Amino acid sequence: MPDIQEVTVDDLKHLVSEKAIQGETMLLNMGPQHPSTHGVLRLLLELDGETVINCIPDIGFLHTGIEKNMEAKTYQKAEVMSDRLDYMNPVGNNLAYSMAVEKLVELDVPVRAQAIRVILAELTRYQSHLVWLGTAALDLAAMSMFLYCFREREYILDVMELCSGQRMMTTYIRPGGLWRDVPVEFEAAVRNILKTFPKRIDEYEALLTRNPLMLDRTLGIGRLTGEECLNFGVTGPMLRASGVKWDLRKTRPYSGYEQYDFEVPTRPEGDVYARFLVRLEEMRQSLKIVEQALNKLPMGPVRSNNFKFVPPPRSEIGVSMEALIHHFKLWTDGFNAPKGSIYNAVESPRGELGVYLESDGGPKPYRIHWRTPSFDNLQSIPLMAKGVLVADLVAIIGSIDIVLGDVDR
Amino acid sequence: MGVEQKLGNMGVVTTTLEQAVAWSRTNAMWPLLFGLACCAIEMMSAQASHYDMSRFGMELMRPSPRQSDLMIVAGRVSRKMAPVLRRLYDQMPEPKWVISMGDCASCGGVFNNYAVVQGVDEVVPVDVYVAGCPPRPEALIHGVLTLYEKVRGIKFADVQK
Repeated sequence: MPDIQEVTVDDLKHLVSEKAIQGETMLLNMGPQHPSTHGVLRLLLELDGETVINCIPDIGFLHTGIEKNMEAKTYQKAEVMSDRLDYMNPVGNNLAYSMAVEKLVELDVPVRAQAIRVILAELTRYQSHLVWLGTAALDLAAMSMFLYCFREREYILDVMELCSGQRMMTTYIRPGGLWRDVPVEFEAAVRNILKTFPKRIDEYEALLTRNPLMLDRTLGIGRLTGEECLNFGVTGPMLRASGVKWDLRKTRPYSGYEQYDFEVPTRPEGDVYARFLVRLEEMRQSLKIVEQALNKLPMGPVRSNNFKFVPPPRSEIGVSMEALIHHFKLWTDGFNAPKGSIYNAVESPRGELGVYLESDGGPKPYRIHWRTPSFDNLQSIPLMAKGVLVADLVAIIGSIDIVLGDVDR
Repeated sequence: MGVEQKLGNMGVVTTTLEQAVAWSRTNAMWPLLFGLACCAIEMMSAQASHYDMSRFGMELMRPSPRQSDLMIVAGRVSRKMAPVLRRLYDQMPEPKWVISMGDCASCGGVFNNYAVVQGVDEVVPVDVYVAGCPPRPEALIHGVLTLYEKVRGIKFADVQK
Protein backbone atom coordinates (compact mmCIF):
# COMPACT_ATOMS: atom_id res chain seq x y z
CA MET A 1 0.00 0.00 0.00
CA PRO A 2 1.49 3.38 -0.98
CA ASP A 3 1.76 5.95 1.78
CA ILE A 4 -0.04 9.26 1.75
CA GLN A 5 2.27 11.86 0.29
CA GLU A 6 2.71 14.96 2.35
CA VAL A 7 2.25 18.00 0.12
CA THR A 8 3.51 21.48 0.91
CA VAL A 9 2.13 24.72 -0.41
CA ASP A 10 5.10 24.94 -2.79
CA ASP A 11 3.91 21.81 -4.58
CA LEU A 12 0.58 23.46 -5.23
CA LYS A 13 2.03 26.70 -6.57
CA HIS A 14 0.77 26.19 -10.10
CA LEU A 15 -2.79 25.55 -8.92
CA VAL A 16 -3.52 28.28 -6.39
CA SER A 17 -3.17 32.05 -6.32
CA GLU A 18 -0.24 34.09 -4.99
CA LYS A 19 -2.14 34.86 -1.80
CA ALA A 20 -2.23 31.23 -0.77
CA ILE A 21 1.57 30.97 -0.94
CA GLN A 22 1.91 34.00 1.31
CA GLY A 23 -0.62 32.55 3.71
CA GLU A 24 -3.29 35.20 3.26
CA THR A 25 -5.85 32.70 2.06
CA MET A 26 -6.47 29.25 3.43
CA LEU A 27 -6.15 25.95 1.61
CA LEU A 28 -8.72 23.41 2.65
CA ASN A 29 -9.30 19.84 1.59
CA MET A 30 -12.86 18.74 0.97
CA GLY A 31 -13.06 15.01 0.57
CA PRO A 32 -12.34 12.32 -0.53
CA GLN A 33 -14.47 11.24 2.41
CA HIS A 34 -17.09 13.95 2.64
CA PRO A 35 -20.85 13.43 2.73
CA SER A 36 -21.63 16.02 0.07
CA THR A 37 -19.10 15.00 -2.57
CA HIS A 38 -21.31 12.06 -3.61
CA GLY A 39 -18.54 9.54 -3.53
CA VAL A 40 -14.81 9.95 -3.41
CA LEU A 41 -14.23 13.30 -5.05
CA ARG A 42 -11.56 15.47 -3.49
CA LEU A 43 -11.72 19.21 -3.85
CA LEU A 44 -8.86 21.47 -2.90
CA LEU A 45 -10.39 24.78 -1.90
CA GLU A 46 -8.66 28.08 -1.57
CA LEU A 47 -10.72 30.12 0.84
CA ASP A 48 -10.81 33.75 1.78
CA GLY A 49 -12.88 33.49 4.92
CA GLU A 50 -16.05 31.80 3.75
CA THR A 51 -15.61 32.60 0.06
CA VAL A 52 -14.17 30.14 -2.41
CA ILE A 53 -11.43 31.71 -4.52
CA ASN A 54 -10.20 28.59 -6.25
CA CYS A 55 -11.60 25.11 -6.43
CA ILE A 56 -9.40 22.36 -7.81
CA PRO A 57 -10.97 18.93 -8.24
CA ASP A 58 -8.75 15.92 -7.68
CA ILE A 59 -10.19 12.79 -9.22
CA GLY A 60 -9.03 9.21 -9.58
CA PHE A 61 -9.93 7.88 -6.14
CA LEU A 62 -12.25 5.41 -7.80
CA HIS A 63 -10.15 4.60 -10.84
CA THR A 64 -11.04 1.02 -11.61
CA GLY A 65 -9.37 0.32 -14.92
CA ILE A 66 -12.68 -0.64 -16.49
CA GLU A 67 -11.61 0.24 -20.04
CA LYS A 68 -8.48 -1.90 -19.77
CA ASN A 69 -10.40 -4.76 -18.22
CA MET A 70 -12.95 -4.69 -21.00
CA GLU A 71 -10.21 -5.01 -23.60
CA ALA A 72 -9.17 -8.31 -22.03
CA LYS A 73 -12.60 -9.86 -22.57
CA THR A 74 -14.62 -10.92 -25.58
CA TYR A 75 -17.36 -8.59 -26.80
CA GLN A 76 -20.10 -10.42 -24.92
CA LYS A 77 -18.25 -10.82 -21.66
CA ALA A 78 -16.96 -7.26 -21.57
CA GLU A 79 -20.48 -5.98 -21.18
CA VAL A 80 -20.59 -7.02 -17.54
CA MET A 81 -18.00 -4.34 -16.80
CA SER A 82 -20.08 -1.60 -18.37
CA ASP A 83 -22.74 -1.87 -15.65
CA ARG A 84 -20.26 -0.88 -13.01
CA LEU A 85 -19.13 2.21 -14.84
CA ASP A 86 -21.92 4.63 -14.09
CA TYR A 87 -23.64 2.67 -11.40
CA MET A 88 -26.70 4.90 -11.32
CA ASN A 89 -27.42 4.11 -14.95
CA PRO A 90 -26.47 0.46 -15.61
CA VAL A 91 -29.13 -0.08 -18.28
CA GLY A 92 -28.04 3.01 -20.17
CA ASN A 93 -24.43 1.82 -20.17
CA ASN A 94 -25.51 -1.58 -21.47
CA LEU A 95 -27.53 0.16 -24.15
CA ALA A 96 -24.63 2.34 -25.28
CA TYR A 97 -22.24 -0.59 -25.39
CA SER A 98 -24.65 -3.02 -27.05
CA MET A 99 -25.54 -0.50 -29.71
CA ALA A 100 -21.87 0.13 -30.43
CA VAL A 101 -21.24 -3.60 -30.87
CA GLU A 102 -24.34 -3.89 -33.03
CA LYS A 103 -23.10 -1.08 -35.25
CA LEU A 104 -19.68 -2.70 -35.48
CA VAL A 105 -20.93 -6.11 -36.60
CA GLU A 106 -24.08 -4.78 -38.28
CA LEU A 107 -26.69 -6.57 -36.25
CA ASP A 108 -30.40 -5.79 -36.42
CA VAL A 109 -32.40 -5.57 -33.25
CA PRO A 110 -36.06 -6.69 -33.23
CA VAL A 111 -38.59 -3.92 -32.59
CA ARG A 112 -39.88 -5.52 -29.40
CA ALA A 113 -36.39 -5.54 -27.95
CA GLN A 114 -35.98 -1.89 -28.90
CA ALA A 115 -39.20 -0.91 -27.14
CA ILE A 116 -38.29 -2.83 -23.99
CA ARG A 117 -34.87 -1.20 -24.07
CA VAL A 118 -36.51 2.21 -24.14
CA ILE A 119 -38.83 1.34 -21.25
CA LEU A 120 -35.99 0.10 -19.07
CA ALA A 121 -33.66 2.95 -20.02
CA GLU A 122 -36.31 5.51 -19.12
CA LEU A 123 -37.08 3.79 -15.83
CA THR A 124 -33.37 3.82 -15.08
CA ARG A 125 -33.22 7.52 -15.89
CA TYR A 126 -36.09 8.06 -13.48
CA GLN A 127 -34.34 6.02 -10.81
CA SER A 128 -31.12 7.92 -11.29
CA HIS A 129 -32.92 11.24 -10.99
CA LEU A 130 -34.61 9.95 -7.84
CA VAL A 131 -31.28 9.22 -6.21
CA TRP A 132 -30.00 12.60 -7.36
CA LEU A 133 -33.07 14.34 -5.94
CA GLY A 134 -32.80 12.50 -2.64
CA THR A 135 -29.10 13.11 -2.12
CA ALA A 136 -28.99 16.65 -3.50
CA ALA A 137 -31.91 17.62 -1.25
CA LEU A 138 -30.15 15.89 1.64
CA ASP A 139 -27.17 18.16 1.02
CA LEU A 140 -29.56 21.10 1.42
CA ALA A 141 -30.73 19.54 4.70
CA ALA A 142 -34.05 18.17 3.44
CA MET A 143 -33.91 14.76 5.06
CA SER A 144 -37.42 13.66 4.19
CA MET A 145 -36.79 13.89 0.44
CA PHE A 146 -34.13 11.22 0.73
CA LEU A 147 -36.57 8.84 2.38
CA TYR A 148 -39.34 9.52 -0.14
CA CYS A 149 -37.07 9.11 -3.14
CA PHE A 150 -35.63 5.84 -1.99
CA ARG A 151 -39.12 4.57 -1.27
CA GLU A 152 -40.05 5.10 -4.93
CA ARG A 153 -36.76 3.77 -6.20
CA GLU A 154 -37.59 0.35 -4.81
CA TYR A 155 -40.51 0.03 -7.24
CA ILE A 156 -38.19 0.49 -10.19
CA LEU A 157 -35.58 -1.86 -8.80
CA ASP A 158 -38.34 -4.44 -8.41
CA VAL A 159 -39.03 -4.18 -12.15
CA MET A 160 -35.33 -4.63 -12.88
CA GLU A 161 -35.26 -7.64 -10.65
CA LEU A 162 -38.31 -9.11 -12.37
CA CYS A 163 -36.59 -8.89 -15.74
CA SER A 164 -33.04 -9.81 -14.93
CA GLY A 165 -32.86 -11.24 -11.42
CA GLN A 166 -30.58 -8.41 -10.26
CA ARG A 167 -31.54 -5.12 -8.69
CA MET A 168 -28.81 -2.88 -10.03
CA MET A 169 -26.28 -4.57 -12.28
CA THR A 170 -28.71 -6.14 -14.69
CA THR A 171 -26.72 -6.77 -17.92
CA TYR A 172 -30.17 -7.38 -19.36
CA ILE A 173 -29.58 -5.59 -22.66
CA ARG A 174 -27.21 -7.66 -24.77
CA PRO A 175 -25.69 -7.08 -28.19
CA GLY A 176 -28.41 -8.18 -30.60
CA GLY A 177 -31.37 -7.70 -28.28
CA LEU A 178 -32.14 -8.70 -24.73
CA TRP A 179 -31.10 -11.55 -22.50
CA ARG A 180 -34.65 -12.92 -22.68
CA ASP A 181 -38.22 -11.68 -22.94
CA VAL A 182 -39.80 -9.84 -20.05
CA PRO A 183 -41.89 -11.93 -17.63
CA VAL A 184 -45.70 -11.74 -17.64
CA GLU A 185 -45.75 -9.66 -14.44
CA PHE A 186 -43.73 -6.95 -16.16
CA GLU A 187 -46.63 -4.99 -17.61
CA ALA A 188 -48.60 -4.85 -14.35
CA ALA A 189 -45.52 -3.72 -12.44
CA VAL A 190 -44.78 -0.92 -14.89
CA ARG A 191 -48.46 0.12 -15.01
CA ASN A 192 -48.38 0.39 -11.23
CA ILE A 193 -45.39 2.70 -11.50
CA LEU A 194 -47.15 4.80 -14.14
CA LYS A 195 -50.18 5.11 -11.90
CA THR A 196 -48.46 6.09 -8.66
CA PHE A 197 -45.43 8.09 -9.72
CA PRO A 198 -47.00 11.27 -11.18
CA LYS A 199 -48.66 11.95 -7.82
CA ARG A 200 -45.34 11.40 -6.10
CA ILE A 201 -43.61 13.96 -8.32
CA ASP A 202 -46.32 16.44 -7.28
CA GLU A 203 -45.45 15.63 -3.69
CA TYR A 204 -41.79 16.44 -4.28
CA GLU A 205 -42.77 19.66 -5.96
CA ALA A 206 -45.01 20.59 -3.06
CA LEU A 207 -42.11 20.03 -0.69
CA LEU A 208 -39.38 21.75 -2.64
CA THR A 209 -40.33 23.91 -5.60
CA ARG A 210 -41.72 26.88 -3.68
CA ASN A 211 -39.87 26.16 -0.47
CA PRO A 212 -38.15 29.39 0.64
CA LEU A 213 -35.22 27.47 2.10
CA MET A 214 -34.70 25.71 -1.20
CA LEU A 215 -35.02 28.96 -3.17
CA ASP A 216 -32.52 30.73 -0.93
CA ARG A 217 -29.99 27.99 -1.36
CA THR A 218 -30.32 27.47 -5.10
CA LEU A 219 -31.54 30.59 -6.95
CA GLY A 220 -28.72 32.24 -8.89
CA ILE A 221 -26.09 29.84 -7.55
CA GLY A 222 -23.60 28.10 -9.80
CA ARG A 223 -24.62 29.92 -12.93
CA LEU A 224 -23.36 28.66 -16.31
CA THR A 225 -24.25 30.18 -19.65
CA GLY A 226 -25.06 28.01 -22.62
CA GLU A 227 -21.83 29.01 -24.32
CA GLU A 228 -19.72 28.10 -21.30
CA CYS A 229 -21.47 24.74 -21.16
CA LEU A 230 -20.63 24.06 -24.79
CA ASN A 231 -17.02 25.13 -24.28
CA PHE A 232 -16.61 22.74 -21.39
CA GLY A 233 -18.42 19.89 -23.12
CA VAL A 234 -21.13 19.92 -20.50
CA THR A 235 -24.14 17.88 -21.61
CA GLY A 236 -27.40 16.56 -20.25
CA PRO A 237 -29.71 18.34 -17.83
CA MET A 238 -26.98 20.85 -16.99
CA LEU A 239 -26.77 21.96 -20.61
CA ARG A 240 -30.54 22.08 -20.96
CA ALA A 241 -30.84 24.12 -17.77
CA SER A 242 -28.61 26.68 -19.48
CA GLY A 243 -31.01 27.10 -22.35
CA VAL A 244 -29.49 24.82 -24.98
CA LYS A 245 -32.02 22.37 -26.32
CA TRP A 246 -29.82 19.36 -26.95
CA ASP A 247 -30.99 15.89 -26.17
CA LEU A 248 -29.66 12.94 -28.15
CA ARG A 249 -33.01 11.21 -27.86
CA LYS A 250 -34.49 14.01 -29.93
CA THR A 251 -31.62 15.26 -32.05
CA ARG A 252 -30.12 11.89 -32.97
CA PRO A 253 -32.81 9.37 -32.12
CA TYR A 254 -31.78 5.80 -31.45
CA SER A 255 -33.60 2.62 -30.44
CA GLY A 256 -36.89 3.97 -31.76
CA TYR A 257 -37.07 7.17 -29.70
CA GLU A 258 -38.37 9.01 -32.76
CA GLN A 259 -41.75 7.25 -32.40
CA TYR A 260 -42.46 8.68 -28.99
CA ASP A 261 -43.92 12.04 -28.27
CA PHE A 262 -42.07 13.86 -25.50
CA GLU A 263 -40.76 17.28 -24.65
CA VAL A 264 -37.17 18.27 -23.97
CA PRO A 265 -37.42 20.61 -20.99
CA THR A 266 -35.11 23.61 -20.98
CA ARG A 267 -34.62 26.62 -18.71
CA PRO A 268 -32.74 29.79 -19.55
CA GLU A 269 -31.29 30.56 -16.09
CA GLY A 270 -28.50 28.01 -15.84
CA ASP A 271 -28.39 27.96 -12.05
CA VAL A 272 -28.85 25.19 -9.52
CA TYR A 273 -32.57 25.80 -9.29
CA ALA A 274 -33.00 25.55 -13.06
CA ARG A 275 -31.22 22.19 -13.04
CA PHE A 276 -33.58 21.03 -10.35
CA LEU A 277 -36.62 22.05 -12.41
CA VAL A 278 -35.26 20.49 -15.59
CA ARG A 279 -34.61 17.16 -13.92
CA LEU A 280 -38.05 17.09 -12.31
CA GLU A 281 -39.64 17.75 -15.68
CA GLU A 282 -37.48 15.06 -17.25
CA MET A 283 -38.86 12.60 -14.75
CA ARG A 284 -42.38 13.38 -15.94
CA GLN A 285 -41.31 13.05 -19.58
CA SER A 286 -39.68 9.69 -18.86
CA LEU A 287 -42.97 8.39 -17.54
CA LYS A 288 -44.65 9.69 -20.67
CA ILE A 289 -42.23 7.77 -22.88
CA VAL A 290 -42.61 4.61 -20.82
CA GLU A 291 -46.38 4.80 -21.11
CA GLN A 292 -46.31 5.21 -24.88
CA ALA A 293 -43.78 2.43 -25.33
CA LEU A 294 -45.78 0.10 -23.12
CA ASN A 295 -49.06 0.86 -24.89
CA LYS A 296 -47.73 -0.11 -28.28
CA LEU A 297 -45.29 -2.77 -27.20
CA PRO A 298 -45.09 -5.06 -30.27
CA MET A 299 -44.97 -8.82 -29.97
CA GLY A 300 -42.22 -10.89 -31.52
CA PRO A 301 -38.68 -12.05 -30.81
CA VAL A 302 -36.41 -10.08 -28.51
CA ARG A 303 -33.11 -11.29 -29.93
CA SER A 304 -31.62 -11.19 -33.35
CA ASN A 305 -31.57 -14.60 -35.04
CA ASN A 306 -28.11 -14.08 -36.45
CA PHE A 307 -26.52 -16.85 -34.43
CA LYS A 308 -23.03 -15.94 -35.55
CA PHE A 309 -23.18 -13.10 -33.03
CA VAL A 310 -26.08 -13.86 -30.72
CA PRO A 311 -26.34 -17.06 -28.66
CA PRO A 312 -29.22 -19.28 -29.80
CA PRO A 313 -32.14 -19.82 -27.43
CA ARG A 314 -31.64 -22.42 -24.75
CA SER A 315 -34.52 -24.56 -26.05
CA GLU A 316 -32.83 -25.07 -29.41
CA ILE A 317 -29.55 -26.31 -28.04
CA GLY A 318 -30.97 -29.72 -27.17
CA VAL A 319 -32.49 -30.33 -30.61
CA SER A 320 -30.28 -28.54 -33.10
CA MET A 321 -26.68 -29.50 -33.70
CA GLU A 322 -26.01 -26.13 -35.33
CA ALA A 323 -27.37 -24.27 -32.33
CA LEU A 324 -25.11 -26.28 -30.07
CA ILE A 325 -22.06 -25.44 -32.17
CA HIS A 326 -22.99 -21.74 -32.26
CA HIS A 327 -23.49 -21.71 -28.52
CA PHE A 328 -20.17 -23.42 -27.89
CA LYS A 329 -18.23 -21.18 -30.27
CA LEU A 330 -19.77 -18.00 -28.93
CA TRP A 331 -19.04 -18.70 -25.30
CA THR A 332 -15.56 -20.12 -25.79
CA ASP A 333 -14.08 -18.01 -28.61
CA GLY A 334 -16.54 -15.18 -29.02
CA PHE A 335 -17.11 -13.70 -32.45
CA ASN A 336 -14.67 -11.86 -34.66
CA ALA A 337 -15.72 -8.30 -35.34
CA PRO A 338 -14.68 -6.66 -38.59
CA LYS A 339 -11.78 -4.23 -38.51
CA GLY A 340 -12.78 -0.66 -37.86
CA SER A 341 -13.85 1.81 -35.25
CA ILE A 342 -17.23 2.97 -34.04
CA TYR A 343 -18.49 5.76 -31.83
CA ASN A 344 -21.95 5.47 -30.41
CA ALA A 345 -23.60 7.85 -27.98
CA VAL A 346 -26.78 7.69 -25.96
CA GLU A 347 -28.42 10.17 -23.62
CA SER A 348 -27.67 9.04 -20.10
CA PRO A 349 -29.32 10.76 -17.10
CA ARG A 350 -26.20 12.89 -16.88
CA GLY A 351 -25.61 13.67 -20.53
CA GLU A 352 -23.95 12.22 -23.58
CA LEU A 353 -22.60 8.78 -22.80
CA GLY A 354 -20.44 7.61 -25.66
CA VAL A 355 -18.58 4.41 -26.41
CA TYR A 356 -15.65 4.35 -28.77
CA LEU A 357 -14.81 0.86 -29.98
CA GLU A 358 -11.74 0.02 -32.01
CA SER A 359 -11.57 -3.43 -33.49
CA ASP A 360 -8.52 -5.15 -34.96
CA GLY A 361 -10.59 -7.97 -36.38
CA GLY A 362 -10.29 -10.25 -33.36
CA PRO A 363 -12.83 -11.42 -30.80
CA LYS A 364 -11.81 -8.79 -28.27
CA PRO A 365 -12.03 -5.03 -28.59
CA TYR A 366 -8.62 -3.54 -29.31
CA ARG A 367 -9.50 -0.35 -27.52
CA ILE A 368 -12.58 0.83 -25.67
CA HIS A 369 -12.98 4.39 -24.58
CA TRP A 370 -15.95 5.74 -22.68
CA ARG A 371 -16.92 9.34 -23.10
CA THR A 372 -18.61 9.74 -19.75
CA PRO A 373 -20.80 12.77 -19.07
CA SER A 374 -19.87 13.21 -15.40
CA PHE A 375 -16.21 13.68 -16.29
CA ASP A 376 -16.96 16.54 -18.66
CA ASN A 377 -19.60 18.06 -16.41
CA LEU A 378 -17.23 18.04 -13.46
CA GLN A 379 -14.73 20.15 -15.40
CA SER A 380 -17.02 23.13 -15.07
CA ILE A 381 -16.84 23.15 -11.28
CA PRO A 382 -13.81 25.49 -10.94
CA LEU A 383 -15.72 28.04 -13.00
CA MET A 384 -18.96 27.68 -11.06
CA ALA A 385 -17.30 27.64 -7.67
CA LYS A 386 -15.42 30.90 -8.11
CA GLY A 387 -16.65 33.45 -5.59
CA VAL A 388 -19.38 31.38 -3.98
CA LEU A 389 -19.68 30.47 -0.31
CA VAL A 390 -18.66 27.03 0.90
CA ALA A 391 -22.27 26.16 1.66
CA ASP A 392 -23.22 27.06 -1.92
CA LEU A 393 -20.47 24.83 -3.25
CA VAL A 394 -22.30 21.91 -1.65
CA ALA A 395 -25.44 22.84 -3.58
CA ILE A 396 -23.41 23.15 -6.79
CA ILE A 397 -21.81 19.71 -6.45
CA GLY A 398 -25.25 18.29 -5.83
CA SER A 399 -26.62 19.96 -8.95
CA ILE A 400 -23.96 18.52 -11.27
CA ASP A 401 -25.14 15.02 -10.33
CA ILE A 402 -21.72 13.44 -10.64
CA VAL A 403 -21.22 9.74 -10.25
CA LEU A 404 -17.62 9.06 -9.38
CA GLY A 405 -17.65 5.68 -11.09
CA ASP A 406 -18.49 7.61 -14.22
CA VAL A 407 -15.77 10.20 -13.70
CA ASP A 408 -12.89 7.91 -12.82
CA ARG A 409 -13.83 4.74 -14.72
CA MET B 1 -45.24 -4.65 25.76
CA GLY B 2 -41.58 -4.95 26.22
CA VAL B 3 -39.47 -4.70 29.26
CA GLU B 4 -42.19 -3.34 31.60
CA GLN B 5 -44.37 -6.44 31.36
CA LYS B 6 -41.54 -8.88 31.56
CA LEU B 7 -39.92 -7.38 34.62
CA GLY B 8 -43.05 -6.01 36.34
CA ASN B 9 -42.28 -4.09 39.46
CA MET B 10 -38.96 -5.65 40.18
CA GLY B 11 -37.18 -2.36 39.62
CA VAL B 12 -33.79 -4.00 39.46
CA VAL B 13 -32.17 -5.89 36.62
CA THR B 14 -29.14 -7.99 37.26
CA THR B 15 -26.74 -8.82 34.50
CA THR B 16 -23.05 -9.08 33.93
CA LEU B 17 -21.05 -6.07 32.89
CA GLU B 18 -19.98 -7.92 29.75
CA GLN B 19 -23.58 -8.41 28.67
CA ALA B 20 -24.57 -4.84 29.48
CA VAL B 21 -21.69 -3.46 27.45
CA ALA B 22 -22.40 -5.80 24.54
CA TRP B 23 -26.07 -4.81 24.66
CA SER B 24 -25.28 -1.13 24.46
CA ARG B 25 -22.66 -1.59 21.75
CA THR B 26 -24.94 -3.58 19.48
CA ASN B 27 -27.96 -1.33 19.90
CA ALA B 28 -26.32 1.91 18.92
CA MET B 29 -23.52 1.09 16.53
CA TRP B 30 -22.92 4.14 14.39
CA PRO B 31 -21.53 3.49 10.94
CA LEU B 32 -19.15 5.84 9.17
CA LEU B 33 -20.92 7.71 6.37
CA PHE B 34 -18.53 6.62 3.71
CA GLY B 35 -19.42 5.27 0.28
CA LEU B 36 -17.07 4.26 -2.48
CA ALA B 37 -19.00 2.91 -5.45
CA CYS B 38 -22.09 0.94 -6.45
CA CYS B 39 -22.44 -0.76 -3.07
CA ALA B 40 -22.80 2.64 -1.43
CA ILE B 41 -26.12 3.09 -3.22
CA GLU B 42 -27.37 -0.19 -1.82
CA MET B 43 -26.03 0.86 1.58
CA MET B 44 -28.13 4.01 1.25
CA SER B 45 -31.11 1.86 0.31
CA ALA B 46 -30.56 -0.16 3.45
CA GLN B 47 -30.61 3.07 5.44
CA ALA B 48 -33.70 4.45 3.70
CA SER B 49 -37.37 3.87 4.22
CA HIS B 50 -37.83 0.45 2.66
CA TYR B 51 -35.23 -1.47 4.63
CA ASP B 52 -34.74 0.94 7.51
CA MET B 53 -31.58 0.03 9.39
CA SER B 54 -32.71 2.22 12.27
CA ARG B 55 -34.48 -0.91 13.49
CA PHE B 56 -31.02 -2.01 14.56
CA GLY B 57 -29.98 1.28 16.07
CA MET B 58 -28.02 2.31 12.98
CA GLU B 59 -29.99 5.22 11.55
CA LEU B 60 -27.28 7.64 12.49
CA MET B 61 -24.39 7.59 10.04
CA ARG B 62 -21.56 9.77 11.15
CA PRO B 63 -19.51 11.55 8.50
CA SER B 64 -16.70 11.97 11.02
CA PRO B 65 -14.60 8.89 11.76
CA ARG B 66 -14.10 10.19 15.29
CA GLN B 67 -17.72 9.49 16.11
CA SER B 68 -18.24 6.16 14.42
CA ASP B 69 -17.87 2.56 15.53
CA LEU B 70 -18.28 0.71 12.28
CA MET B 71 -16.75 1.16 8.86
CA ILE B 72 -18.72 -0.30 5.98
CA VAL B 73 -16.35 -0.47 3.02
CA ALA B 74 -18.97 -0.21 0.29
CA GLY B 75 -17.37 -0.58 -3.10
CA ARG B 76 -14.11 -1.10 -4.92
CA VAL B 77 -11.02 0.30 -3.23
CA SER B 78 -8.56 1.73 -5.72
CA ARG B 79 -4.85 1.98 -5.05
CA LYS B 80 -5.22 5.73 -4.68
CA MET B 81 -8.01 5.36 -2.13
CA ALA B 82 -6.37 2.67 0.00
CA PRO B 83 -4.14 4.97 2.09
CA VAL B 84 -7.07 7.31 2.67
CA LEU B 85 -9.16 4.38 3.83
CA ARG B 86 -6.44 3.31 6.22
CA ARG B 87 -6.18 6.82 7.64
CA LEU B 88 -9.93 6.92 8.19
CA TYR B 89 -9.73 3.60 9.97
CA ASP B 90 -6.90 4.83 12.16
CA GLN B 91 -8.94 7.88 13.10
CA MET B 92 -11.84 5.83 14.41
CA PRO B 93 -11.84 5.34 18.17
CA GLU B 94 -11.66 1.85 19.69
CA PRO B 95 -13.59 -0.40 19.72
CA LYS B 96 -14.14 -0.43 15.96
CA TRP B 97 -15.31 -2.92 13.41
CA VAL B 98 -15.18 -3.24 9.64
CA ILE B 99 -17.69 -4.78 7.27
CA SER B 100 -16.43 -5.44 3.77
CA MET B 101 -19.49 -4.96 1.61
CA GLY B 102 -19.57 -6.54 -1.82
CA ASP B 103 -17.26 -8.62 -3.94
CA CYS B 104 -14.90 -5.81 -4.92
CA ALA B 105 -14.14 -4.86 -1.34
CA SER B 106 -13.90 -8.50 -0.27
CA CYS B 107 -11.68 -9.92 -3.01
CA GLY B 108 -11.48 -7.56 -5.97
CA GLY B 109 -14.62 -8.96 -7.56
CA VAL B 110 -14.74 -8.68 -11.34
CA PHE B 111 -11.88 -6.20 -11.34
CA ASN B 112 -8.73 -8.25 -11.29
CA ASN B 113 -6.45 -5.50 -12.54
CA TYR B 114 -3.78 -2.95 -11.75
CA ALA B 115 -6.08 -0.35 -10.23
CA VAL B 116 -8.14 -2.16 -7.62
CA VAL B 117 -6.93 -3.47 -4.26
CA GLN B 118 -7.68 -7.18 -4.31
CA GLY B 119 -9.57 -7.28 -1.06
CA VAL B 120 -9.73 -4.51 1.50
CA ASP B 121 -8.30 -6.87 4.12
CA GLU B 122 -4.90 -5.94 2.65
CA VAL B 123 -5.45 -2.52 4.20
CA VAL B 124 -7.69 -2.87 7.26
CA PRO B 125 -8.75 -5.88 9.38
CA VAL B 126 -12.20 -7.05 8.31
CA ASP B 127 -14.78 -8.60 10.66
CA VAL B 128 -17.57 -9.55 8.28
CA TYR B 129 -17.59 -10.07 4.52
CA VAL B 130 -20.82 -9.57 2.62
CA ALA B 131 -20.99 -11.23 -0.80
CA GLY B 132 -22.84 -9.89 -3.82
CA CYS B 133 -22.32 -7.44 -6.64
CA PRO B 134 -23.80 -5.36 -5.21
CA PRO B 135 -25.26 -7.19 -2.20
CA ARG B 136 -28.94 -6.64 -1.61
CA PRO B 137 -29.79 -4.47 1.40
CA GLU B 138 -31.04 -7.63 3.10
CA ALA B 139 -27.58 -9.14 2.67
CA LEU B 140 -26.00 -6.08 4.27
CA ILE B 141 -28.43 -6.26 7.17
CA HIS B 142 -27.56 -9.92 7.57
CA GLY B 143 -23.92 -8.93 7.65
CA VAL B 144 -24.62 -6.36 10.33
CA LEU B 145 -26.51 -8.89 12.44
CA THR B 146 -23.64 -11.34 12.03
CA LEU B 147 -21.32 -8.65 13.32
CA TYR B 148 -23.65 -8.08 16.29
CA GLU B 149 -23.37 -11.75 17.17
CA LYS B 150 -19.63 -11.44 17.09
CA VAL B 151 -19.68 -8.32 19.28
CA ARG B 152 -22.00 -9.98 21.79
CA GLY B 153 -19.49 -12.80 22.12
CA ILE B 154 -16.61 -10.51 23.12
CA LYS B 155 -15.18 -11.47 26.50
CA PHE B 156 -13.39 -8.81 28.53
CA ALA B 157 -10.74 -11.32 29.52
CA ASP B 158 -9.80 -11.88 25.88
CA VAL B 159 -9.56 -8.18 25.11
CA GLN B 160 -7.29 -7.46 28.08
CA LYS B 161 -4.70 -10.01 27.00
